[in-house]
Amino acid sequence: MMKNFYTLFFGIFFALAFSFTGLIVSSEIQIGGLQPTTSTLLDDEGNEILGTAYFKTLEDGETVEVPGLLNVGEPMYPQAPLGLAQRGKQIYIEQGCMYCHSQQVREKGFGADYERGWGERQSVARDYILQERVLLGTMRTGPDLLNVGDRGISQDGGKWHHLHLYSPQMIIEGSTMPPFAYLYEEQPINGASSPDALAIDPTSKYAPEEGYEIVPSFEAEALVAYLLSLKFNYELPESKMVE
Amino acid sequence: MSTVVTAPSPDEPITSPLPKERVTLAQIDKSVRGPAILFISTACAWLLIGTVFALITAFKAHSPTFLGNVEWLTFGRVRAAHLNSVAFGWSNNAAFAVILWLMARLSKVPMMHGGLLYVAGAFWNVGVFVGVIGILAGQSTSVEWLEMPKYVAPLIAIAYVCIAVWGVQVFVHRRQHFVYVSQWYILAAIFWLPWLYMIAQIMILYFPARGVTQSLTNWWFAHNVLGLWLSPIGLAAAYYFIPKVLGKPIHSYYLSVLGFWSLALFYNWAGVHHLIGGPLPVWMVTAGIVGSVMMVIPVIVTAVNHHLTVVGSFKQVWASPTLRFIVFGAMSYTLASLIGSLMAIRDVNEITHFTHFTVGHAHHGVYAFFTMVMFGSIYFMMPRLLKREWPSAALIKIHFWSCSVGITVMVVALSIGGWIQGLEMNNPEITFIETVRNTIPWLQARSVSGVMLTVGHIAFGLNFAWMLVGFFGASEKKGPTLLSQDA
Repeated sequence: MMKNFYTLFFGIFFALAFSFTGLIVSSEIQIGGLQPTTSTLLDDEGNEILGTAYFKTLEDGETVEVPGLLNVGEPMYPQAPLGLAQRGKQIYIEQGCMYCHSQQVREKGFGADYERGWGERQSVARDYILQERVLLGTMRTGPDLLNVGDRGISQDGGKWHHLHLYSPQMIIEGSTMPPFAYLYEEQPINGASSPDALAIDPTSKYAPEEGYEIVPSFEAEALVAYLLSLKFNYELPESKMVE
Repeated sequence: MSTVVTAPSPDEPITSPLPKERVTLAQIDKSVRGPAILFISTACAWLLIGTVFALITAFKAHSPTFLGNVEWLTFGRVRAAHLNSVAFGWSNNAAFAVILWLMARLSKVPMMHGGLLYVAGAFWNVGVFVGVIGILAGQSTSVEWLEMPKYVAPLIAIAYVCIAVWGVQVFVHRRQHFVYVSQWYILAAIFWLPWLYMIAQIMILYFPARGVTQSLTNWWFAHNVLGLWLSPIGLAAAYYFIPKVLGKPIHSYYLSVLGFWSLALFYNWAGVHHLIGGPLPVWMVTAGIVGSVMMVIPVIVTAVNHHLTVVGSFKQVWASPTLRFIVFGAMSYTLASLIGSLMAIRDVNEITHFTHFTVGHAHHGVYAFFTMVMFGSIYFMMPRLLKREWPSAALIKIHFWSCSVGITVMVVALSIGGWIQGLEMNNPEITFIETVRNTIPWLQARSVSGVMLTVGHIAFGLNFAWMLVGFFGASEKKGPTLLSQDA
């Protein structure tokens, strides 16, 4: 009787062990050691190479790995979001933005990611290595946001984003994005209006009462800082901008 | 596998039991009553809670300002609250009830180690409750299928392990030498899921893996919740109840063996298809596509096996509340799985990925298949657990029609709407906002389907509560509650 159990159990065990090893462990082995790098990697003879660089040390001629540290002075990518943007990512997570917005760009020719201006190149594993929580997303109820910080709407220091978050329908007619007005505060104008106040057309139905203004809370400021930090305008050795 | 598979023995429990065996089964039913009722009741409560979240989510999808000022109910939170309520609250509690009842019956062992089940039930439901509140309060992890804050993971894991230990104990001490295919599915599922859950928690939330290995682990886990947990349990129930109610053996034991092992081999690779086109090494995605397409084998094998068992007995299927739901579920399993295999092909995925098509497909699997099978199972189990018939055939009919029509409308609407959305999104001539606007009629249809499902769930909940309370002399009713008389 127990023999049956063990036969069955080993079959069950190896079925899942197989995919665990094949997918999860292999992934960890293949991409778990990726490091930030410059856009190009050159070997000893000055030719471009992919991935990790290898050097011979002067003392004993032994080969050592130097992951991606070449062309001193060139910036290394990807870069981690810092300070306020990092806090903003937490707001993005808490509000569940990723249920409608992906953060990945597919290669040109597969979908219309490139044509829609979501990114100049395909995103690759290395782009995500510094993210403590990876938010690739599986829905595009709204546009992809991997490169939103580099788009026209982000070039006014975040004003557009604040208006849009406060009331998406005010900015884009027919938008199905939920309003995040609860991340903003309505306050009476004391003398001069606050420099942070949202520039809402006073005749629009979204405008606050006369004598009041809408200002972003700390959460809204952080969220917009995060959105502005989402820039995908660098190259990696394994993924170049589409010509 | 010849050590496990034996020819059907004469005392095999799925054909009409002898009087002496009927007594044994009744004793077993009585012994598991407490925990089974605990799991079924909490499952029903979570179903209703999850339905409320579902309706709010569905309305918000086309009318974003509906409850727009309530931070706790913003789309990104209420959607996750819906998923966790129905996936962990409803589906898992129902699955636990079915597991323990089937395992005890098929092993011919009255309740043992019942304390484990109460511990599991308590930890589980407290965990899910705290987790769902956490999501609404803004502690969601934004990791799909793992949104509950990580501090509830130990509660969930302990509950899973208790269920698994209990199941293995009962199996090991079985008095029935013959091992039926339902027991394999259950044993496999109770071993797989705790493993998947713990690895996913560790590699994504507790000690996050570097980069997209997280995403890979996420979909390896999330797809396997369906593939290696809900599906095996749904199939275990279908394999048990179809022959049981019809009073004839399953068509082929060898097909059920093939179906089981091919599912075990292929399903757990399939999850990577959620990352097609994504920033992962192409070979991993390809492995996922191969696994997804190969799923055609277990699906066809199981479909043929079930169909050939049912064929010729459609009148009985129609009369039995259990089989109406379960056969609907089994047919949905075939259809949803075949569509799923198609969706994993790159050219199809290019269109369906990132659209509402996927949402429709998820409901096709978890609702039209799994949930319908659970409804059918509960319709069979409750009268045997409580020694009392279902009070109202009319409510069962309302339940069946609202839910079967409702889920069909939902899957069709989201599939068509999602397909159009995908085609338009891939055509850069069409502005993005135009693609969004064109989804609205389909999302409104989804809301209508949601209302229908709600009606069905209320009918089910009422009948269940009525039965539980024993109002109106339900216990005095003679004979089984059938849905038609000409069987």
